[in-house]
Amino acid sequence: MKHVTEYRDAALVKGVIAEIQRLVTRPWVIMEICGGQTHAIMRYGLDQLLPDEIELVHGPGCPVCVTPLELIDKALAISSMPDVIFTSYGDMLRVPGSQNDLFSVRANSGDVRVVYSPLDAVRIARENPDKEVVFFAIGFETTAPANAMSVLQAHSSGLHNYSVLVSHVRVPPAMDAILSSPHNRVQAFLAAGHVCAVMGYWEYPRIAQQYRIPVVVTGFEPLDIAQGILMAVRQLEQGSYVVDNAYSRVVTFAGNQPAQAVINQVFVECDRKWRGIGMIPNSGWRLRPEFHDYDAETRFSVSQINPDESPLCIAGQILQGLKLPHHCPAFGTLCTPEQPLGATMVSSEGACAAYYRYARVER
Amino acid sequence: MCLAVPGKIIEIYESGGLLMGKIDFGDIYREACLAYVPEAQIGDYTVIHVGFALHLVSEDEAQETLALLRQLAEAGDQAEIS
Repeated sequence: MKHVTEYRDAALVKGVIAEIQRLVTRPWVIMEICGGQTHAIMRYGLDQLLPDEIELVHGPGCPVCVTPLELIDKALAISSMPDVIFTSYGDMLRVPGSQNDLFSVRANSGDVRVVYSPLDAVRIARENPDKEVVFFAIGFETTAPANAMSVLQAHSSGLHNYSVLVSHVRVPPAMDAILSSPHNRVQAFLAAGHVCAVMGYWEYPRIAQQYRIPVVVTGFEPLDIAQGILMAVRQLEQGSYVVDNAYSRVVTFAGNQPAQAVINQVFVECDRKWRGIGMIPNSGWRLRPEFHDYDAETRFSVSQINPDESPLCIAGQILQGLKLPHHCPAFGTLCTPEQPLGATMVSSEGACAAYYRYARVER
Repeated sequence: MCLAVPGKIIEIYESGGLLMGKIDFGDIYREACLAYVPEAQIGDYTVIHVGFALHLVSEDEAQETLALLRQLAEAGDQAEIS
């Protein structure tokens, strides 16, 4: 497959790893903040191929994992209501709320449907005028253009039975939160490639300068990730801290202007709570007041929600790169993908799911 | 969620007021919205995520990157031999 297979070439990956080995003189901690990259690293065993000096830690790059428990419980309450068709991306289905998950709501005759694109949810609303169709608009900046377009489409077609339950999170404020923490050990960041395909990387030079850490925009295939790590190590070894782009075939400094324009038209920044981490200022997006009619949070009144996290789950520490999944006493025993205690074990982008699936027990 | 797959645009048309395209992913075809890549032409590659094209793939940048990485691999091989 063009633009895919070339970046899985084992010989080229080996060449990059050899160069990293040649350059590295001391230990470095590098964080990625994208669940897709976490899984690629585990799947291709890149963490095991890299020299021991390189420690890869995983940030909160899983939007499903960081969606607040209260919002999951709200989604569950709305999806159980009569005459509601609740639509969602597939990976939300098994994320545990306080009592149950969307999958079990569906098993109990709730109308919960997985959609591939938010435009599918708009189509369902058009086809079911007597039902309320709600779309769970989760994601980082990568899904924001699609989610925003669904609202514009509903608006321009005069659809009154479509609404979105928004849980959008932004990467730069999360990086600020991690880097400004007194516990921070991260010395370089791999920036998420497809977030940057949309947003560009104009938000990152301020972060690199402020915290004096290299930031490298990185893709998802093994060669992309190896190259991102190589560029980070080059900077670390020479003491520089600028933004590099290791995914230039898809990412430009300015990013996708039409997509950013639509995001700005529909959404406005807001404070957001990240599950397991807490409130990060300006770290989210919510609907602008002119699209208030499409906001599922206000359209449906849900009674008082008292969220209840598992006391055993350490997802919060894992999402901040402070612990690794196999450090959790419940990992693989009380907590498995079939019976997850937290979102990081069930989401297709969660670190715990990655470690479980690719059998990382000890370093 | 972040995983966006590159595919080739083989058809461009309008549907429901939106620019849409038929994308060839090698063994399957899917429809995707091209509203965010209005400059797209048939034959272009683009990364698709949740049914939307997020960005065109630059052939030039791809070639440049691969050339650099091939040089690195060769230099490594030579270092091993010598």
